[in-house]
Amino acid sequence: MDFLSNYDLLGAFWVTVQLTFWSAIGALVWGIVLAGMRVSPVWLMRAFATAYVTVVRNTPLTLLVVAASLGLYQTLGVSLTTDTTTSAIDITNFRLSVLAFILYTGTFVSEAVRSGINTVPVGQAEASRALGLGFMQTLTIVVLPQALRSVVAPLASVLIALTKNTTIASAIGVAEAAVLMKTMIENEGQAGSLVFVVFAIGFVILTLPVGLVLGWLSQKVAVKR
Amino acid sequence: MSGAPSVLYDAPGPKAKVRNTIYSVVFLAVLAAVAWYVFTALSDKGQLTAKMWTPFTDGSTWTQYLIPGLGTTLMAAVLAIVIALPVGAVFGIARLSEHVWIRVPAGVLVELFRAIPVLMLMLFSNFFYVWYTDIDSDIRPLFAVVTGLVLYNGSVLAEVFRAGIASLPKGQSEASYALGLRKTQTMLTILLPQAVTVMLPAIVSQLVVIVKDTAIGSTILSFADLLSNYRILSANYGNTIPTLIVIGLIYVVVNWVVTRLAALLEQRMSRRGRSSAPPVNPSAVTVTALPGADPL
Repeated sequence: MDFLSNYDLLGAFWVTVQLTFWSAIGALVWGIVLAGMRVSPVWLMRAFATAYVTVVRNTPLTLLVVAASLGLYQTLGVSLTTDTTTSAIDITNFRLSVLAFILYTGTFVSEAVRSGINTVPVGQAEASRALGLGFMQTLTIVVLPQALRSVVAPLASVLIALTKNTTIASAIGVAEAAVLMKTMIENEGQAGSLVFVVFAIGFVILTLPVGLVLGWLSQKVAVKR
Repeated sequence: MSGAPSVLYDAPGPKAKVRNTIYSVVFLAVLAAVAWYVFTALSDKGQLTAKMWTPFTDGSTWTQYLIPGLGTTLMAAVLAIVIALPVGAVFGIARLSEHVWIRVPAGVLVELFRAIPVLMLMLFSNFFYVWYTDIDSDIRPLFAVVTGLVLYNGSVLAEVFRAGIASLPKGQSEASYALGLRKTQTMLTILLPQAVTVMLPAIVSQLVVIVKDTAIGSTILSFADLLSNYRILSANYGNTIPTLIVIGLIYVVVNWVVTRLAALLEQRMSRRGRSSAPPVNPSAVTVTALPGADPL
C-alpha cells in the first residue's frame, strides 16, 4: 500500500467531484429547459427539443467530448477561458468536458422531467387554466414543482451515471480519477489489481451516499397521491 | 406530442395563435443566429470547403475505414450482449435465491460493478490481460473492451432479469409448486421463459448503451472501432469536424434503428400477450433499483 502515498489520489478524485458538480448543475438547468420546450405549445420548440434529444442521446459521450476538444477548441479556436498562463489548456479542457457532459446529460434530465410532468394529474393543469394562468405560469407555478418532486429518484440515477461518465474526460486529458488510475496501473505493474480496488472503492464512496440520500429524499418529498 | 393538444394549454384561440406564431418566429431567429454563427465559424476555418467533404463521397473512405470500424463496433457490442445475457441471468436469479450465502455475494457483486465506471473496468481488464494472459496485443483491446462491457452490462442485466422475474404474478410459481415442480424446474420452465419475453425490449435497448460505450475503448485503449477512424481520416485529409459529424451521424442512425426495433418488439409483445406481466421498462427498473443503476 506504500506506493499510494506517491500519488495525488485525493486531488484526482477532487477533479472528478468538480466535474460532476458543474456538469450536474448545468445539465439540470438545460434538461428542464429542454423538457419545457418539449411540452410547449410552440410547434417549432417541440420539434427542436425532440430532434436534439434523439440525436444527442444516441451519440457516444466519448465522441462529444472529443468533438468539444478537437472541433470546438483546436479547429474553431473556442477556448472558453481568457487565461493565458500555462494552466490555460487544463482549464479549457476542463470546461470543454463540462460543456460536453451538460449537452449529453441534459437529454436524460429532460426525459426524466418529462416523465415527471406526466405524473401530475390533468385536473391540476385544467384548474390552473381555469384560474386564468397561461402556459408558462401553469408550467412553472403548478406543474414543474410537483413534477420535480416526483423525479428525484430518476434524477439520482442520472447524477450517479454522470459521476461515472466524468471519467470519459480522460479522453481529452483532464486529470481526473481515470487518468491517475491508468498511470498508476502502468507504473505499479503487478500491484495493478490493488490500484483497481482503491479506485473502485473511491467510486463507491462517491456514488453510494448520493444514491442513499437522494433515495431517502425522493420518498420524503414525493407528492402522495 | 403530436395529435391531441397537451393538458398544459388549451387549443389555441386567435390571440394564442398570434402569440405562438411570434414565439415561433423569435425561436427561429435564435436558432438561425446560432446556425449562422456556427456556419461562419466553420467557413472561416475552411471546414465547409468541398475538399473537406469529398473524402466521404469516395467509396474507399467507407470500405477502408468507416465500414470496418462500424463492423468492429457492432462486433464488440454483439459479443458483449451475448456474453452478458447469461451472466446477467445467473446473477439476477442468484439475487432472488433464498440462500443468504448466494443472495448476498451476488447482490454485492452486482452493485459493485454498477458503481464502477465502464472506462475503469476496461482499463483494468486490459491490465489483467497484459499481466496474466498471453493474448496477442492486436486483439487485446477487443478483449478488454468486451470484458469491461460484460462486467458492467451483466450487472445491469441482472437487475433487469430480477425485475422481470419479480414482475410475474405470484400465482405462476405457486401453481408450478402445486404441480410438484422443483424450484429449479419452476425457474427454468415457468418463470424464465416468460420473464425473457417481458424483458426483450429492455435488453434490446441496452444494446444502444453498449454500442455507445464501445466508443470509450477507442480513446483509452486504442480500440480500432468506428470512432477511432477520426484520427486516421483527419490525419489524411485534415477534416476533423466533417469526420466527427459523419461518424456521429452513423452512431445516431445505428442507435435509432435499434431503439425503433425495441419499440416494435414491445408493441409486438403486448399485442401477442404471450406473458402475464407488462414489459419491463429499463427506466422503471432504474427507479426501483438500488443506487448505481442508470439508463445512460
